[in-house]
Amino acid sequence: MSKAGITVATADPPAPAVRRLPRRRGIELALIVLAVLLSVYGYCAVGLARHGALPPGAAGYGAGLGVLALLAHLAVRLRAPYADPLLLPIGVLLNGLGLVLIYRLDLETPGDRAAPAQLVWSTLGVALFILVVLLLRDHRVLQRYTYVCVVAALILLTLPILFPAVNGARLWIRIAGFSIQPGEFAKVLLAVFFAAYLAANRNALAYTGRRIWKLQLPTGRVLGPIVAVWLVSVGVLVLERDLGTSLLFFGLFVVLLYVATGRTGWIAVGLLLAVLGAVAVGRLEPHVHSRIETWLDPFASIEAGEGANQLAQSLFAFAEGGMLGTGLGLGHSVLIGFAVKSDFILATAGEELGLAGIGAVFLLYGLLVERGFRAGLAQREPFGRLLAVGLATLVALQVFVIAGGVTGLIPLTGMAMPFLAQGGSSVVTNWAIVALLVRVSDSARRSYDGQDAR
Amino acid sequence: MTRHIRHAGYFCALLLVALLLNAARVQVVQAPSYDRNPGNRRPDITRYEQPRGDILVGGRPVTGSRDTREHLRYERTYTDGPMYAPVTGFASQLYGTTLLENTEDGVLSGADPMLAPFPLWNDFTRARNAGGDVVTTLHPAAQEAAYRGLAGHKGAVAALEPSTGRILALVSAPSYDPQPLSGNGSAAARAWSRLTADKDRPMLNRAVRQTYPPGSTFKVVTAAAALDAGVVTDIEAPTDTPDPYPLPGTRTRLTNASKGCANASVREAFTFSCNTVFAKLGVEVGLADMTATAHAFGFGNGELRVPFPVARSTFDTSLDQAQLALSSIGQYNTRATPLQMAMVAAAVANGGQVRDPYLVERTTRPGGSTLATAGSRAIRQAMYPSTAVRLRAMMRDVVENGTGRHAAIRGAKVGGKTGTAQHGLGNSGTPYAWFVSWAQGDRDLAPRVAVAVVVEDAETDRGHISGGGDAAPIARAVMEAVLKSPAQPSG
Repeated sequence: MSKAGITVATADPPAPAVRRLPRRRGIELALIVLAVLLSVYGYCAVGLARHGALPPGAAGYGAGLGVLALLAHLAVRLRAPYADPLLLPIGVLLNGLGLVLIYRLDLETPGDRAAPAQLVWSTLGVALFILVVLLLRDHRVLQRYTYVCVVAALILLTLPILFPAVNGARLWIRIAGFSIQPGEFAKVLLAVFFAAYLAANRNALAYTGRRIWKLQLPTGRVLGPIVAVWLVSVGVLVLERDLGTSLLFFGLFVVLLYVATGRTGWIAVGLLLAVLGAVAVGRLEPHVHSRIETWLDPFASIEAGEGANQLAQSLFAFAEGGMLGTGLGLGHSVLIGFAVKSDFILATAGEELGLAGIGAVFLLYGLLVERGFRAGLAQREPFGRLLAVGLATLVALQVFVIAGGVTGLIPLTGMAMPFLAQGGSSVVTNWAIVALLVRVSDSARRSYDGQDAR
Repeated sequence: MTRHIRHAGYFCALLLVALLLNAARVQVVQAPSYDRNPGNRRPDITRYEQPRGDILVGGRPVTGSRDTREHLRYERTYTDGPMYAPVTGFASQLYGTTLLENTEDGVLSGADPMLAPFPLWNDFTRARNAGGDVVTTLHPAAQEAAYRGLAGHKGAVAALEPSTGRILALVSAPSYDPQPLSGNGSAAARAWSRLTADKDRPMLNRAVRQTYPPGSTFKVVTAAAALDAGVVTDIEAPTDTPDPYPLPGTRTRLTNASKGCANASVREAFTFSCNTVFAKLGVEVGLADMTATAHAFGFGNGELRVPFPVARSTFDTSLDQAQLALSSIGQYNTRATPLQMAMVAAAVANGGQVRDPYLVERTTRPGGSTLATAGSRAIRQAMYPSTAVRLRAMMRDVVENGTGRHAAIRGAKVGGKTGTAQHGLGNSGTPYAWFVSWAQGDRDLAPRVAVAVVVEDAETDRGHISGGGDAAPIARAVMEAVLKSPAQPSG
């Protein structure tokens, strides 16, 4: 006991009041330039592969992406100079790569061009990023809006029920030709709510209530509201047949509960509930049931003479890619069909960039998540910690669910690959996530520096 | 809290590792089996992404490719499709490939690794080579003469260059146009069901895939066997043959279509196609020698490829004396493809040597440089050269004085043999009219062409059906076409 105490004491140096952390904004700028150049390179590669000439819009595309990225960088320099220098470049590179992939798929579907709209949404996303970085001086302000967030999230989640279903799911609202997926925005709001609520009540959650076997149950008064919110959101999503997002919320909820309370029992309960829920839904819901059957045998429809289904086509695309890929513009992932630019965008990356490219994309996401966790670790106050961890977990779970789905690791649930997939709401949401992570990481490193944000 | 954040982080790292491992499983471990999955259209898309190489006849392509701008981009086109269909076959996006389109598919589609300048580099870059061309041995004028000659009939023509085995003409009638089968739309499906349901079987390649009783044309083989075996030493000497000839061990009496066959010499019997004399000769030669000679000509060989496979021509190896007698005049179970009978005529013309026939002169790279040439072909001595000399004389007699007068060409040496093969239950079917022949121009050192013609349904009334009347003019047209052209350097 005493020995351990001594170790801790010597390992923890006294808080250095005057030590300054490097800001590393120059590195961020260099990485942004690299990200933009890589995206322009991909754009040119598509043009060269398909038409044997540089695409006419290459310069404009590069300039557009470059200006957006530079503006975001300036905002960070101005208002979050201590922020993690990797977050923004990763966002720019993933967004740029997504635009290249969508532009490339547009060539196969001349009647349905998605890249221009995606560019508009990306601009909006970066604008939101800049706004958040400029206006949100301290992430802790969000704690004041805990209940505004949860109400807004629930409204956004229920809104699409009033609108007609698209492709069997009520996830969209259509306004003036643009379709918005409000559930995407609800993700961030719920993450804020969970973080704020758990930060405020973590002691009550951890130390009060009855104990059943090894699990310390919090009192219903404390746990009740958050379980209710979670149940309502999942219920709504089930009604809307958005099982991917309900899985996402469930995972987010369990991880944050675990981090906030430190009780391993929550993981066990979470896993148990997840298995029970999955089995029940898989048995009862025909839509999900068919997806599970497809997952178990992706080629059954081929043997039945009905041709390849989307998952089989996706696997064929990945297989065609092999180690090094066919090269941008030279694959045939368009065979996947209508969701090729959204849910299945990763298959195009897999076919045309190969395992090498897919691995790089996964590692980019991994790096983004890791930087999120690092921001959480560096942060000292619980809300910031939980917010950063929650947002990073959101990205990690979403990438896992959709990437695992299209590569046949887990049953497929329709979700957008962060930054890559076609879908305005998703791009905007992900820029908001990066903005909040930038904000939390800046605050963490700034406070380490001894200068409080205010 | 820090510890738990780390744990949550490890959990996310675990998810990432799972994704990476699974991606490696799909893209590397499982990839080959996914590539082979019948539901995967990528191999087809890649295959039709570029125009197919061409099949050349007389230096001119008889095939082409059309850019449809569809998913399966290039479709096959054919010039004079029906005329060349028994050679080219079809290349369909729905129904696969046949004949040369099938056997030469690697070169035509560009998949043949020989087409790559640096094979390993190609594997790395995934570049597909442009399709190469296939140069055929066909003689365009001979092919056209055969095609026109058979118009309106059912039948087949095969013509060879005796000294090399090059196939100069290969025609089957009725024929079909392979073009409508090229695509993958409903038009192709309709054409397919129409062609496959047609009772005349236009897609059957009668020249190489159909066997017929060769009838009297088989007497060339019997005569060669008799001369080689020494059963006949003097072709002018009268044979001791009754007319009609009772088949050994039976009460059946074999008769002749022509008169004057009793005790006729072999030469007369050949000229006027006496069944009795040759049936008796076959019995005298014996089963072993008859079989050996027939096999030397190519009967019994089921492995022949030109390069697509040729149906086996048959001469039974277990026969009683009566069956041997009938077999020796090309009846009973003796069956031959038109190509096989062209080989028989070619062997006589070529001093007794049989060369395996071939249809592909060489394959070339897209630029025209040679990829591969026809290799050396199997050569067999079907008969002694002296026997061939005597058979040549007898075959010339047939054309000059006998049943084959319709094949005579002014200013050329032509040898031939007619045949009228009965078939069907109790000879109920329309007899097949046969003619096999060879021709040598007066300035040629050796015969330039050997032909076999079979007409299944000669439209004259039954009594007049004869190889001489129906098949010989077609053979003459083919031979004339070859003799008219300057001699080609032999491949």
